[in-house]
Amino acid sequence: MSSAGDGVSSAGDGVSSAGDGVSSAGDGVSSAGDGVSSAGDGVSSAGHLLEVTGLSAGYGIVQVLFGVDLVVDPGEVVVVLGANGAGKTTTLRAISGMISASGQVKFLGEPVLGRRPDQLVKRGIAHVPQGRGTVTSLTVDENLRIGAFVRSDDEIESDIEHWYEAFPRLGERRNQLAGSMSGGEQQMLAISRALMSRPKLLLLDEPSLGLAPLVTREVFDRLVVITESTSTAVLLVEQNANLALDFAARAYVLEAGKIVISGAAAELQGDAAIQKAYLGV
Amino acid sequence: MRDFLQILLVGIGDGAVYAMLGLGLVVIYRSTGLLNFAQGEMAMFSTFIVWTMWSIGLPMWLAILAGMAGGFGVGALVHQVAVRPVGDPHEKPLAVVIVTIGLFLGVNGAAQLIWGTLDRSLPPLFGRGQVTVFGVAVAWQKIGAVIALSVMVLLFYLLFQHTKLGLAMRAVASNSESASLVGIPVPRLLMLGWGLAAAVGTVAGVFIAPNLGLGTNLMQLTLIFGFAAITLGGFDSLVGAVVGGFVVGALSSVMPRYITIFEKMPLAPAFILILAVLLFRPEGLFGKKQVTRV
Repeated sequence: MSSAGDGVSSAGDGVSSAGDGVSSAGDGVSSAGDGVSSAGDGVSSAGHLLEVTGLSAGYGIVQVLFGVDLVVDPGEVVVVLGANGAGKTTTLRAISGMISASGQVKFLGEPVLGRRPDQLVKRGIAHVPQGRGTVTSLTVDENLRIGAFVRSDDEIESDIEHWYEAFPRLGERRNQLAGSMSGGEQQMLAISRALMSRPKLLLLDEPSLGLAPLVTREVFDRLVVITESTSTAVLLVEQNANLALDFAARAYVLEAGKIVISGAAAELQGDAAIQKAYLGV
Repeated sequence: MRDFLQILLVGIGDGAVYAMLGLGLVVIYRSTGLLNFAQGEMAMFSTFIVWTMWSIGLPMWLAILAGMAGGFGVGALVHQVAVRPVGDPHEKPLAVVIVTIGLFLGVNGAAQLIWGTLDRSLPPLFGRGQVTVFGVAVAWQKIGAVIALSVMVLLFYLLFQHTKLGLAMRAVASNSESASLVGIPVPRLLMLGWGLAAAVGTVAGVFIAPNLGLGTNLMQLTLIFGFAAITLGGFDSLVGAVVGGFVVGALSSVMPRYITIFEKMPLAPAFILILAVLLFRPEGLFGKKQVTRV
């Protein structure tokens, strides 16, 4: 348990050091950091990157979400926990515009509900869907390239090389079809591809799904490094509560389409009653 | 031998047109993931536009450009009005394929309403002359078809393999949800794919109409040869459409000459080819075999 506590505090340190690093780092990553902080200063008085209020959504006549409220601050890692069918995936899909929803979603202080996913990518929301969503008939290289579709700057090539360095196995397989890679490799590719758009917010849907525990651990270890170095905010949805609480700073627990608990990840992790009642551990 | 060469060259000339039609099918397949049964009818429709422009006095090349632009418009409109409202082709592929069959009838009917049921005649773009190579006569029109085909293949190759737009179109065809999540405006690219395919069809129509006569049934048999071509070549391969087109053209020309039973069944070689390919090499000669791990 103490090691888990360390994990939380170090994640917190990481976020703040990324903030410090904005002035000194002076590379491509720092400009993304500038964008986040300036937007945070200017647009919304509360400074939230993402502000979801009373979000309701469903599929056809089946309503899944009943007024979800949550916020994500710039550079913050937040996890939404909950059992199967609680509405975790639906929450992400509603935020990124993949399904229609009611309520309010503000991103950088502006209402974005009702916009198509591709319009939200331009504003800085990247979504790695459940099942990874790599384009299996394109090569690894093409997948990364397509991730930069909304960009037209001249740093795309160097960003691609950056991800090849971060994930050497992607580099080795750059000309291989994405569909022929292992689950863990595809997950790494999906995350790298989403980050190729240099998002301010990364929506991540069950990255552990279908992965062996060791591979899952590796993916999360990488995620920590990535979010700290790029100061990208993450809204993560996960069934693997312990792993996710290690990674996140704050957590929400979703039950039957409503948020029932919210708090610091370390608190949730330390509360045996909550663990037993909601997280099944 | 000379006789054989002569027949073979005629077949290859026809094959260029099958390849063009196949090219349109491949373009739609690569940008939307669909087989478009209305491809031939869309080509017929835009060939009529060429005829109209030519008959009111436009020079042929300008009439063809107008027909391609008109075809592009028809293709884009068809997508917006008839295909897009039906839903995501990845979720309901069958529904959308059936819509394209309905379009087959609809576009044909529209052409009959506008241009009537009489055959019109469109002059050959490269004239009726021919050139003799090694004692074998080849019509300029067929040489022109091969050149036009080569130019189109090159342009599409550059589009799909070397531009961001082409990569985006391939991503949409393969996984439209993921494409949307990286910021690609999916509906707009689907519309573009339909438009481009219809524009290519125009060129196929312009080359085949002088031989068959321009009527509303212009493409009905030709489309079957086009399907045979891309089945052999692979649905997603531009080069495959070309090679497939030439092989289908050559077989359909040579086999009836030497095997009498095919004289009365000109479509049979194409059909046998489709069957054989699907049995022994379903992905075609140049198609990508889908390898997907879950």
